[in-house]
Amino acid sequence: MSIRHALLALLSEGPKYGLQLRQEFESRTGEVWPLNVGQVYTTLQRLERDGLIEADDVADVSPQKGFHITQEGAEELAQWLRTPPDYSSPPRDELVIKVLVALELPGVDVHEVVQVHRRYLVELMQQWTRLKEDESRLDLNFALVVDAELFRLDSLIRWLDTADGRLKRAAAGVDAPASQSFPLPKARRRVGAPQ
Amino acid sequence: MSYLELRDVSKVYGEDATQVHALSRIELSVDSGSLVAVMGASGSGKSTLLTIAGSLEDPTSGEVCVGGQSLSFLSRNGKARLRRQSIGYVFQDYNLLAGLSALENVSLPLELDGISARKARVAAMESLEAFALRDRASHYPDQLSGGERQRVAIARAVVGGRQLLLADEPSGALDSTNAEAVMRLILAACHRGMAAIVVTHDAQLASWADRVVFLRDGRIVDQTLPIESADAFLADLPKS
Repeated sequence: MSIRHALLALLSEGPKYGLQLRQEFESRTGEVWPLNVGQVYTTLQRLERDGLIEADDVADVSPQKGFHITQEGAEELAQWLRTPPDYSSPPRDELVIKVLVALELPGVDVHEVVQVHRRYLVELMQQWTRLKEDESRLDLNFALVVDAELFRLDSLIRWLDTADGRLKRAAAGVDAPASQSFPLPKARRRVGAPQ
Repeated sequence: MSYLELRDVSKVYGEDATQVHALSRIELSVDSGSLVAVMGASGSGKSTLLTIAGSLEDPTSGEVCVGGQSLSFLSRNGKARLRRQSIGYVFQDYNLLAGLSALENVSLPLELDGISARKARVAAMESLEAFALRDRASHYPDQLSGGERQRVAIARAVVGGRQLLLADEPSGALDSTNAEAVMRLILAACHRGMAAIVVTHDAQLASWADRVVFLRDGRIVDQTLPIESADAFLADLPKS
């Protein structure tokens, strides 16, 4: 999560001071991503160093010291918004690795390992869904964050379900052998790279 | 208190070499006011569990109790009465009667139970109103969207003070917005005191439940632990 760009976005609305930025960041992400004050000021210093923001009064070192975004900062923000995150290569997902390891280890029931993780993920989803139950606390930003987390967890469970079925069919000799290696594409276009 | 209990329930189809053990030694209880989701892959026995819980099928062995009453001692007519009066069903494909309006679909189970047409329609309209469907009361199923059809089906499932709601993939044919709306309605029915089981393969749906039970090859293999309060969960999130 880019705190740097989130702070730039908040400053694009008008000048703000450090504590105010922290409060607004937290409230707009439904308090899901708490920030400590140190992170805010460290990030502000770097943004200032890079010329993306400027302090209203350089002599003032109080917590009320205000910052505003520069033209370069606005351009950086606009560029960042339109640059897709790099999803081009599969992450080294710990869950996937655990299932692959369980498959190879003698004496380990891979279905039991899958179920341990499935249950944990469903419990996490129950927690996030519980946050949606009370619609009075569900402002738009918070709802978007909660939905994103639910879809992320859901995709992991769907993968576990698919893996479970694939392993079961492989054990019954219906599918290709479970240990068959799969080649990854060798050349991948870097996201955001010039065409 | 448990409104529904399945005690050591097994279901076997076929005989000898062709036997299929659809359910094996199921123990499950659902309290009034609570929502239990049953998750499992296709063929895990979810739908069989639901039809047995709803007295649409008899178990091969074991006992099913609804409202403290064992179904083993009920006649065929007794079970039919129990289904009409106490149990509401929601299916993936809605199962509304095409030739009846939304209001008539909802009032039908009450009329079949001997309630006068006038009283049944008053109760049906109240149920439709509770699901924000008053202005759709005279519409026929083919004049309703998928989400509206399922809301009518839920209104029908809860009308007349039914105590047990059984739903089989209730949002399987809906988009995520309508699916969430359906689960909110089912949850609201539970908050009014109904006991409910939703069977699904969909974790987003199951996550609305108080408890999720995992079914595999006809056996309950696992279930979720009680979750902490929303405030405690938020407070426990790792700080970035």
